[in-house]
Amino acid sequence: MRYFPPPRALTISWLALLGLLALTLFAAYQPLGAFNTVVALTIALIKAAIVAALFMELRGDDGLTIVFASAGFFWLAVLFWLALADFLTRPGFPPRLSPWL
Amino acid sequence: MSARNYLTEDTRLRSWFFTTDHKRVAILYFAGITFFFFIGGAAATLIRLELLTPQGDLVTSDVYNRLFTLHGVIMVWFFLIPSIPNTLGNFVVPLMIGARDLAFPRLNLTSWYLFMIGGLITLYAVFVGGIDTGWTFYTPFSTMYSNGHVVVAVVGVFIAGFSSILTGLNFIVTIHRMRAPGLTWHRLPLFLWSLYATSVILVLATPVLAMTLLLLGLERFFGVGIFDPKIGGDPLLFQHLFWFYSHPAVYIMILPGMGIVSELIACFSRKAVFGYKFVAWASLSIAAFGFFVWGHHMFVSGQSVFAGLVFSFMSFVVAVPSAIKVFNWTATMHKGWIRFDAPMLYALGFLGLFTIGGLTGLFLACLAYDVYVTDTYFVVAHFHYIMVGGAVTAYFGGLHYWWPKITGRLYPEYWARAAAILIFFGFNMTFFPQFILGTLGMPRRYHVYPADLQVWNVLSSAGASVLAVAYALPLFYLGWSLFFGAKAPTNPWGATGLEWQTPSPPPVHNFAVTPKVIRDPYTYRPDGTEQPQNA
Amino acid sequence: MPEPAPAFQYATLSQQHGAARLGMWTFLATEVLFFGGVLLAYVVYRYGYPSAFAEAARHTHIAIGAANTAILLTSSFLVAWGVEAAKQGFGRFAALLLWSAAASGLLFMALKGYEYRLELSESLFPDDGFAITGSVAGGARLFFVFYFIATALHALHVAIGIVVLAAIGARARGGAYSAAYYAPLTVAGLYWHFVDMVWIFLFALIYLPGRA
Repeated sequence: MRYFPPPRALTISWLALLGLLALTLFAAYQPLGAFNTVVALTIALIKAAIVAALFMELRGDDGLTIVFASAGFFWLAVLFWLALADFLTRPGFPPRLSPWL
Repeated sequence: MSARNYLTEDTRLRSWFFTTDHKRVAILYFAGITFFFFIGGAAATLIRLELLTPQGDLVTSDVYNRLFTLHGVIMVWFFLIPSIPNTLGNFVVPLMIGARDLAFPRLNLTSWYLFMIGGLITLYAVFVGGIDTGWTFYTPFSTMYSNGHVVVAVVGVFIAGFSSILTGLNFIVTIHRMRAPGLTWHRLPLFLWSLYATSVILVLATPVLAMTLLLLGLERFFGVGIFDPKIGGDPLLFQHLFWFYSHPAVYIMILPGMGIVSELIACFSRKAVFGYKFVAWASLSIAAFGFFVWGHHMFVSGQSVFAGLVFSFMSFVVAVPSAIKVFNWTATMHKGWIRFDAPMLYALGFLGLFTIGGLTGLFLACLAYDVYVTDTYFVVAHFHYIMVGGAVTAYFGGLHYWWPKITGRLYPEYWARAAAILIFFGFNMTFFPQFILGTLGMPRRYHVYPADLQVWNVLSSAGASVLAVAYALPLFYLGWSLFFGAKAPTNPWGATGLEWQTPSPPPVHNFAVTPKVIRDPYTYRPDGTEQPQNA
Repeated sequence: MPEPAPAFQYATLSQQHGAARLGMWTFLATEVLFFGGVLLAYVVYRYGYPSAFAEAARHTHIAIGAANTAILLTSSFLVAWGVEAAKQGFGRFAALLLWSAAASGLLFMALKGYEYRLELSESLFPDDGFAITGSVAGGARLFFVFYFIATALHALHVAIGIVVLAAIGARARGGAYSAAYYAPLTVAGLYWHFVDMVWIFLFALIYLPGRA
């Protein structure tokens, strides 16, 4: 069987992903308060971006494919935005039940 | 028939059930949705019969609950949503873009099987005892208290949802990648623009419905309480998720209808559609804005006042592109050579009924008025004007328009005109009184009502019987034309689209040679003769 | 090996590839919104019950979660490498890479199953016998409802991916793919990377909160 060496960009991405995994684990145990969530999600976004750009080859793709790849996330943002417009401004959330129930 | 076409190529039964020809899949869908249409229609008939009298004398309240749920579930998911895209769309999309088939023919057939399996599972739920939740499956009733077969019905709709997704995906890729040489985006017939917009909604909204139904089914089945207030869950979250799909789903029903009407009005006015680009982009903006308005179904459900304001505003905004379309269709007819063939009668009916449905939608987008008429017959009348007066009328218009192409036969014109007129009057007689009933305060989903509301209900039920006859008529004369109708020429209406440049019925792979498109759609000479897109 | 011809509905192979890739991206957009439904439930309830979610997340097994993340990231790397190898005509080596990725998927599933067993034995299934009690009981139950639904759906996707990778690997071994014909290969790869991506977010949402 002939050996095919991994393309450099892929190897670097893989190592970066594992590095980011270690970083997010380390950060999760630091007392940063509300920033723990921010850091965890930012690192997750960077990891996802690496997977999309390099493993999924979005980096060299045409504009149309990039639009298609973003469309799902855009409409997901609409779902979150308008649903949270309700939950963040509703006095009755979270629901509190009467103690005798 | 002399020349071999897609109908005569192979007549064995198995060649139909294993076909990947988009034209045959369209006909399989046609058989499926016609079956479901008459089941849903039968439930509607029983509902109107019950409402003839103020007392509950025909069915019990429990049976009545099951009837309107059956009517809603079947009509929404197994007739309206697949009706135009999966029958007429499936048939004409490749023909209109000059392709040999859809991008993924096997996926297309798979989608039909998923649709039928989902439909039969839902029908099974009805036969083993029915569901009484209404088509909206609101929690906590559906998850904790309903004694109906909610999980079975939800599984059926869940499966049918995947059929929608596959169809939408297929159309999107086909329209992007399979267009004939020269067929640029701004030369696409408007029916394709509207189907593209519809597909965007099918693809982006349906998965959220799938997840919503999955959560609902799991909660009911395992008792884990996702929406259960007892452990801090929120039933309104269900409504948010449900309407994120189900409001855009209204546009899944009406957008393809708008596309058909654009085709019909251009062809039978012998004029290009006024403001083509506006009509085209209005379809896409309806699809996009349709995702921003779902909360207007929840104005009185307990969502925050702020959210109510936002959703009310957005709902007014989405009316703008719809209004653009209505104005442009009217302007298209101005100084046209209008022919009143049956498809055009349906298109004109659509124009009137959709306008009434759309304008009463503005009443409902208005917070204060909505509080007054929520869950009354005003709402019922409004959405029937859109879905039946709009979508179903357009479906019938399109069916008549493309019938010669699909079957190779002409239908009897006078019967078709009579049916179109009868549908228009029957429809208005059925549903206009319901606006009045709603304003008088009659709530929906009850089988008894105060005696002084009887006169409007009798009027509505009488209209429904006219409507039932009118909807049954095409079944007979279209069926008759299959055997005794005159042979259809290639282009019976003198239309400009590519689908009219290939024989009726078309050969298996649609075109002998791939057409080359050289001009815009709807190009008519000043004397009203057509200039086909490719010649 | 003869040049592969496009399917009847396409004019050229490159048109067919374009359609396949666009179709997969469209499908992935539907997947984003599918998982989006249950993610919204997570976001809403985490906003409503922050301390209960932190408490519940501390009951998850972060060592297993982290190991599984590393396994999936590596498998994604193997798939990307394998796709490239198959395109360049290294069919047998590509098969080895794709099958290794599928095996990583199996390892992921085995660890996930072990984790489920631990959780069931700790009474973390969100029914009436739920282990976490007190003022955070309700919110913690909602967390574990999300945990079980989201991870089970993800595992289902992994299972499908394993089958796909195994089949694609077998075809690569037979030399089915080349620089001219590779659509099924990239489409399968896209799917696997997407499943990896979903896990990246699930890992951050499920295992990391409440650790500091």
